[in-house]
Amino acid sequence: MSTTSALGGVVRRREDPALIQGKGLYVDDLNLHGMLHVAFVRSPFAHAKITSIDTAAAQAMPGVRAVYTADDVRHLGLLPAQAAAIGRPLLADGEVNHMGEAVVMVLAETRAQAQDAVDAVDADYDPLPVVIDLKEALANTNLVHEGVESNTLITWTAPFGVEEDGLNELRAKIDEYKARDDVVTVSLEMVNQRLIPVAIEPRSVVAEWSAGYQQMTVHSSSQTIGAVASAVAGMLGIPYNQVRGIAPEVGGGFGAKLALYADELLIPWAARELDAPVKYTETRREAASNTIQGRGWLGTSTITGTRDGQVLSYEIDAICDMGAYCQDLTVAIPFLGVFVGSGQYGFDTRMQLDCVVTNKQTTDAYRGAGRPEAIYYLERIMDAYSREIGMDPAQVRMKNYIPSESFPGAMSPVGFAMDTGDYAMNLQTMLDSPEYSAMKAARDQPRSDGKLVGLGMSTYVEACGFGPSALVDLGFSWSGYGQPSAFNGSGLVRVNPDGTANVIIGTGPSGQGHQTTWAQIVSNELGIEMDKIRVTHGDTKDAPITIGTFGSRSAAVDGSATFEASRKVREKAARIAADLLEASEADIQFADGGAHVAGSPDKRVEWAAIAEVAYQPHRMPDGEEGGLEAHAIFSPGNATWPFGSVACLVTVDPETGDVSIEQWMSVDDCGNVINPMIVDGQIHGGIAQGVGQALFEEAIYDDEGNLLTAGLIDYPIVTAVDVPMFNLSRTTTPTDVNPMGVKGIGEAGTIGAAQTLVNAVVDALAPLGVKHVDMPMRPRRVWQAIQDAKASA
Amino acid sequence: MFPREFEYVAPSSLDEALGTLASNPGAKVMSGGMSLIPLMKLRLFSPELVVDIARIDGLDAIEDRGDHIAIGALVRHEETAASPLVQEHAAALASAAAWTGDRQVRARGTTCGAMAHADIAADQPAAALALGATMVAASSGGTREIAAADFFVDTLTSALETNEILTEVRIPKSSASAYDKLGRRGGHTDYAVAGAAASVAMSGGTVSSAGIALTGVGTKPTLAAGSVEAIVGTDGGADAIAGAVARATEGVTVLEDLYGSAEYKAHLAGVYVGRALEQAIAASH
Repeated sequence: MSTTSALGGVVRRREDPALIQGKGLYVDDLNLHGMLHVAFVRSPFAHAKITSIDTAAAQAMPGVRAVYTADDVRHLGLLPAQAAAIGRPLLADGEVNHMGEAVVMVLAETRAQAQDAVDAVDADYDPLPVVIDLKEALANTNLVHEGVESNTLITWTAPFGVEEDGLNELRAKIDEYKARDDVVTVSLEMVNQRLIPVAIEPRSVVAEWSAGYQQMTVHSSSQTIGAVASAVAGMLGIPYNQVRGIAPEVGGGFGAKLALYADELLIPWAARELDAPVKYTETRREAASNTIQGRGWLGTSTITGTRDGQVLSYEIDAICDMGAYCQDLTVAIPFLGVFVGSGQYGFDTRMQLDCVVTNKQTTDAYRGAGRPEAIYYLERIMDAYSREIGMDPAQVRMKNYIPSESFPGAMSPVGFAMDTGDYAMNLQTMLDSPEYSAMKAARDQPRSDGKLVGLGMSTYVEACGFGPSALVDLGFSWSGYGQPSAFNGSGLVRVNPDGTANVIIGTGPSGQGHQTTWAQIVSNELGIEMDKIRVTHGDTKDAPITIGTFGSRSAAVDGSATFEASRKVREKAARIAADLLEASEADIQFADGGAHVAGSPDKRVEWAAIAEVAYQPHRMPDGEEGGLEAHAIFSPGNATWPFGSVACLVTVDPETGDVSIEQWMSVDDCGNVINPMIVDGQIHGGIAQGVGQALFEEAIYDDEGNLLTAGLIDYPIVTAVDVPMFNLSRTTTPTDVNPMGVKGIGEAGTIGAAQTLVNAVVDALAPLGVKHVDMPMRPRRVWQAIQDAKASA
Repeated sequence: MFPREFEYVAPSSLDEALGTLASNPGAKVMSGGMSLIPLMKLRLFSPELVVDIARIDGLDAIEDRGDHIAIGALVRHEETAASPLVQEHAAALASAAAWTGDRQVRARGTTCGAMAHADIAADQPAAALALGATMVAASSGGTREIAAADFFVDTLTSALETNEILTEVRIPKSSASAYDKLGRRGGHTDYAVAGAAASVAMSGGTVSSAGIALTGVGTKPTLAAGSVEAIVGTDGGADAIAGAVARATEGVTVLEDLYGSAEYKAHLAGVYVGRALEQAIAASH
């Protein structure tokens, strides 16, 4: 029986038995001798001067070992952030700029003692005017930061690389389109609301300092443990080779564990100061108010097109909420929206994204990160335009796609070269499916239960699997941490003397199934059985240098590096096997745990026998180095550009506004697939998070900047009961960017979901005159839209 | 999410528990802990002493007492929901229990606990009100009965004294009751944005008596007196139900929250009074 894995085979996730039984190791599971626990005093105000901090009473509390303020940590500098950004002080320094900002750090022998001491700190504040509303932020009615002239940090425009003169020419051209008498112009102002990324595992950091060896070990539930280690090295002045970063199991990340956090520097710093292990695990409320948030756009999108469905131009003008400070990618997130601003289409596209600071928690990457927002605005207005001209929305899309002949390397109207695509084929696959026909039939079926029925569809393209390496030249890098970085990936493959293999990678899972997928890649290349391949991740002591897991990049970039490392090992093993089998190297094939001569399965040698030779160099063919391992760095020349088509059927209860999803389907194209079950799982989770945004998730701040949804009681997240079974299918258009032909899939489900659902609800309500319902489409809002439409009818 | 320091006892008898409560005015009773523990972890509530009644024998039964059923202090939501007795004689309560919280909460939290907690958006208090339940409160001084209508005093406030334990809730048997709601994630999920329970008795084609109650719309689970007045004495037909719907929030202070404006909640109160009445009246036929 063969136990090796071909790419494209369903292999059950090897990591699940441990995870499902609660036997996985997470950072908070660490309990070290003499460990101190951290709690933070957090600002009750969204914007205020700190007039005084009295920590005397807290210092005297039982078990308290230290109480730190900005005075103690100012010398460490600000949290690194990209160009144009406003960095965060590690502890609030004279002023607080969002509710929940860390002001004082308390260390005590138990977590409860630390919390008690937090309650004993007396901090006084003098409130300042707050900036919450995005239009007011843009207008600079009040300023978030003293000494900064404008709340606008940066304005991203598209087409990318086009200067002001060129943009003005484009504006003039679009004005000419609008003046034509055979066109309609459709415009909508829409909210893409702020979200709280909710990982099952809150963020957690444990640091151990070895004074004797001057060695720092930082455990963090991070998607980018290599970056954490380099930041700790850089900011605490420790050589990189004396810092070890460990991310054991990470219980969900979704981008929120990509940014470097102040606590990831403060905890190791305190461990060194106090010469004791230190732990901080955020509470669920802290996870809501102090882990980064996502989205937060207010924008107007406009389409001008002919009455027969030819779109001439698309424009989006949006204000993007950065929050009070910037973390790693905060200002870059809207730019990721620019990548896909024109979607799959060929029409003229103009974008202006004003990135403003507000007195709210920082935004950064959240599943999709800029791309769901951009696709939402585009695909909602495509739908509104289709409705306006009375055409089938699928046909309107079909009519405006970049043709398949333009690939590979089609240049999008916003100025990016896309790898491969066949959008019409993908959409046609959905339209031809029995599931889609069934949805259309159900939509038009008369109903006796009084429910309104709507069918919504959308298509999407995504840039992900970042790459290209040269992105760093645009300012997206981790160089602020004191280490060079680039958007490449790495992998190390070692065949041991007993014929087992170790795969060591610097990227790691927060649910994606690296343990399984990477073993498949190596098993497929080397013909070594899956259960003889051990995948190690999340430890910078062993791992080759890479930047981490985000932007649907692990398989496409670090997976490709592992593939290439496997290939190097295979080539060497083939030479050894050829020598042992007295055959030509070209005739050596690998399968079922060993090498054999093509056409002669009995002329065979096991991996252990090959390795035995490799580790006894005197037995090697002339000129071969000893050992049987290889490291590869893969430097992609582009992002990958997956795409897909999505449709859903909803019912709306007109009396209550309650939306129910009856059916859901998508046809996704992520190129070649390594493990279909894992890819489907990624799409399932992605859709669920898109549905959550569309239906009920929202980080709500009141006018004073209080986060009203700082816990799961008031921040409902999507569960299995809220979504139907998903009918998924695939088309396969391999990328030419990497050797496996794989594109990222971690975010595609989310990017395709929200507008599909809004389009469906608007379809259901259109007979009443409703043109748009903002997300989240909580029942109250849907009901209000119905009332408003009735009132204006 | 770390509570302030507190003492914890788990007495093995009711008398011991009541004695502990009598001598510790700062004590708080815990059964399933599904509401109390989160409040303590958020430090919104910090009792000096928690009296865990989970180990007391004899409080975990659902009993048929002839004209009523009695649900003991330790009966879990999922047991209430799955009980054939409750389903047959108090369908509104069975539905309300089935739609309380999530599976984990239903496996641990108790029906009596939900009553004592008196959350403004909880499901089971509305059912208890509509069904005309009686709460049995024990203290070291004896036992008293409190009508459901007098039990829910205000937001998170019941008529229980700090030295009392709600040992059982008694539900008069009703063959025609129903509960319906809109949950915060739509459908029947989560806390109620708004919901209503109704119980009716029909006599010779006429609604002879009714209980109707609301949750999620005001400061407490509350009777919809106007709706009761409107439906009693009618044939329970569509016009009569419309009359009850129109008076759903009569005398009720409707509050806005994150899940609805006052206008929307008042509207929903009517919708769910109508739906609960329709189902209850249908069940009576």
